[in-house]
Amino acid sequence: MRTIAVDVPTVEVKNHPGRHHVGCAAAGSATALIGAAGVWGGLVAVFGSAPQMSIGWLLPLSGVVLHLDPLGGFFSVLIGAVAVPVGVYTVGYARHERWPALSLTVLPLFVAAMLLVTAAGSIPTFLLAWELMALASVLLVITDHDRAEVRSAALFYAAMTQLGFVAILVGLMVMATSMGADRFTEMTVVPEPLRDVVFVLTVAGFGSKAGLVPLHAWLARAHPEAPSPVSALMSAAMVTLGVYGIIRIDLVLIGPGPRWWAVLLLLVGAASALYGVLQASVATDVKRLLAYSTTDNMGLITMALGASLLLSGAGAPEAAAIAAVAALLHLLAHAAFKSLGFMAAGSVLAATGLRDLDRMGGLARPMPVTTVLFGVAALGACGLPLGAGFVSEWLLVQALVHASTSGDVVVALAAPLAVGAVALTTGLSVAAMVKAFGIGFLARPRSAAARQARESAASMLTAMVIVAVGCVVLALAPVAAAAVVARAVNVMPTARSAAPAVDFAAVIRLPGLGGSIAPGLLATAFVAALLAAVVAMRWRARRRPPTVQLPLWACGADDLTPRMQYTATSFAEPLQRVFNDVLRPASDIDVTHHSESRYMVSAITYRNRIADALEIRLYQPVVTGVKRAAEVVRRAHNGSVHLYLAYGALGVLVVLVIAR
Amino acid sequence: MTVMAVVAGGAQLLTVTVGAPLLIGLMRQVRAAWEGRGGGGILQPWRDLRKQLGKQQIIPRGTTVVFTAAPLIVAATSILLAAIVPIVATGSPLDPVADLFAVVGVLFLGTVALTLAGIDTGTAFGGMGASREITIAALVEPTILLAVFALSIPTGSANLGALMATTLSDPGSVASLTGVLAFVALVLVIIAEAGRLPVDNPATHLELTMVHEAMVLEYAGPRLALMEWASAMRLTVLLALLANLFLPWGIAADAPTLLQVLTGVGAITVKVAVLATALATMEVFMAKLRLFRVPELLAGSFLLGLLAVTSANFFTR
Repeated sequence: MRTIAVDVPTVEVKNHPGRHHVGCAAAGSATALIGAAGVWGGLVAVFGSAPQMSIGWLLPLSGVVLHLDPLGGFFSVLIGAVAVPVGVYTVGYARHERWPALSLTVLPLFVAAMLLVTAAGSIPTFLLAWELMALASVLLVITDHDRAEVRSAALFYAAMTQLGFVAILVGLMVMATSMGADRFTEMTVVPEPLRDVVFVLTVAGFGSKAGLVPLHAWLARAHPEAPSPVSALMSAAMVTLGVYGIIRIDLVLIGPGPRWWAVLLLLVGAASALYGVLQASVATDVKRLLAYSTTDNMGLITMALGASLLLSGAGAPEAAAIAAVAALLHLLAHAAFKSLGFMAAGSVLAATGLRDLDRMGGLARPMPVTTVLFGVAALGACGLPLGAGFVSEWLLVQALVHASTSGDVVVALAAPLAVGAVALTTGLSVAAMVKAFGIGFLARPRSAAARQARESAASMLTAMVIVAVGCVVLALAPVAAAAVVARAVNVMPTARSAAPAVDFAAVIRLPGLGGSIAPGLLATAFVAALLAAVVAMRWRARRRPPTVQLPLWACGADDLTPRMQYTATSFAEPLQRVFNDVLRPASDIDVTHHSESRYMVSAITYRNRIADALEIRLYQPVVTGVKRAAEVVRRAHNGSVHLYLAYGALGVLVVLVIAR
Repeated sequence: MTVMAVVAGGAQLLTVTVGAPLLIGLMRQVRAAWEGRGGGGILQPWRDLRKQLGKQQIIPRGTTVVFTAAPLIVAATSILLAAIVPIVATGSPLDPVADLFAVVGVLFLGTVALTLAGIDTGTAFGGMGASREITIAALVEPTILLAVFALSIPTGSANLGALMATTLSDPGSVASLTGVLAFVALVLVIIAEAGRLPVDNPATHLELTMVHEAMVLEYAGPRLALMEWASAMRLTVLLALLANLFLPWGIAADAPTLLQVLTGVGAITVKVAVLATALATMEVFMAKLRLFRVPELLAGSFLLGLLAVTSANFFTR
């Protein structure tokens, strides 16, 4: 056999750096502009009244109905406020990562689709926008489709988001048919058994979008593999629309519901918060860690919604309103610190190509700005004072602890357990964030890539600084967001009251319950205490010899190597051991003995892998089941045209019999 | 806010900053007495601090600004706690932030700064100490929150001053089932948070058993002095909080007279000294727990805290 040499004409890859730069700038500014429009429209809707708009010709049969009420406006502001800095960030990031034209085109459309979800005024419009958003996000996740992990993550995400869509679709269809109306403003009461069906279906669908346990598995796959600005948009904006769906459909339109709804929301929220934070505290991939932290925060928000529903049913309207305010404020705080976290992680990824904390380290010297900004995000995610998430978590805990239960057994049991869950979540999230910041940015570089890091482009840093300012404002003066939150909360039936539940000012007071906090005063006092400490250290400073730089103590050895440092894995090992039963890590040690003596060891191999235990337990059986079913169905597909024609004829007959 | 409230606040701050090293000296002296040694005297920690502050500043190579800033931040959180927690008087100038959640948060901020400094050294010991400390802290923080929330349910407010005022007017409220459960949980977590036996041994010289000491291993001179001062203040504030939550008698009211402020200072000194003596005595007769048994202890105290809140919800309303 002869081989014929075929002269393949080498394909010239047209490389137009200039044109690509223009494309990146255009996509980034379009995203930012659409975001700004979303903020403006949302603010108009919150403080004034945006008119209802109906475009009949755009969608056959039902038409498109747009109506932004204060609740939708709140989410529109949130999404827009995330999209503006992400747009600016994308200009530098997409240029660096050489995004294809498709992703550059879809990014602004993704933001527009998300804004359309908040503005939807009828069920068909809502479903259309929801599906557009899902499709756009899938296209963005597979930006880097040359890598097998990206393709697998995108497939996983696409399957889960479509299954979630089916649940929402069926739920909303049942709702619309039982009420005979599809505009949100014309909705009436859904009859009882159907109402519960709608609740379960929509909570499952929206919960899968919000990343609630056990439908969270796509988050930890899609977020790390998506490009960082997309992760930021998905985690800070798209995921919150799952919460929007729960509020809009289940609490406003068909709610407030019976008590078991509230208990279910509390349980799902607590499970998500605890499971998410545990996985985050042992994760070694920084973007995976942030993704699990999203599950944790969405869990806290769902708990707040459940608490609001439970307390309003138990005759504690003030506490119910406070819990609702806590949910919305935490949504804002989460959007701020999580988008900042993903953008800072993206900045590291762009500079070093690293996501693995075990190989990072020492980035504080080459990338000081990114380090500080990631620190701001991590502090916010901890829920500690001076961080963005502090006030909202404080509000949630206050509502849970000081609600007067008046002998209600369910509340008396649920409230302390929920407080315990929130407290444990806060404690573990500190561990997770200390690990991400300390191991990732401090100490010495653990790999060559980390050693050669350089600070990111100016557009990326500018975008992150904008978000960091937002984080600081939310942390020290949450009064800035008070008006928007208060108007949006008034839409929720569990939180409607004449007087505002939370008196936002320099000192935040809770008129219904006796409690107060002053984040600004706390920060001022902290700065004063810091100055006092500086002064205290000046004592006897004149007598001191000049400061010197000396090597670290190496136990008498010559020098320490970076390999001797703790890594993210070893840092989390005690926690992994404590929560062994939940995490179920797969670790094994192979000891190879020397051939001459069993007492001499020549090599030790240690492997440790923490997979998502829930994913293995719950998803694998489903996937295998589907595969088996597909095997059975495949027998019907044997390629014979006659058989297919027979199927067709049979199908027509069945339809005729049913339709008669 | 009156002038006297500010005076009371100042007296409180001064009592804690000056008294904290004395407290450590007292505990060492008690230990020495039980072990039949002479001991260095109660003033020894102060002499050590003075000596350390006069020494040369050393910056270990390869560390960042986090390492140099951490002692200041840890000291600042301790000073802030000493100003916020009602120790001498209930109505301090910082009363609006004397909320339990904020106090625990500030306490935790100090822990975070300490652990980051430990990681920043880039040595195996620093990382080891940080990893252990954060594991313990992650379990301690929820327990403190739960235990004090259990006490706050009868008051209806998590403000620490209001809490103590309620106990003063209704002493029976702490002698309840809730009070006992919360007390045990709090004692356990305060021991863990302050790094005392059986969770951590402050006098250890063996690196492998260290938790707190491993993180501060690279510090020397003035920075070490600040760290030790801060951790002494932390212990003092925690003991004072424990004392005032369960036995608030002697604490000055919202608008105190000078005599009441002086009584407050005297009362808290006595209370904390008694608690510290008890703690030091207990430590003499106790061995350090294995590190991986510590989470079991903390999980137990978390459970006690949870029971305390639940029982408070069932029995007080």
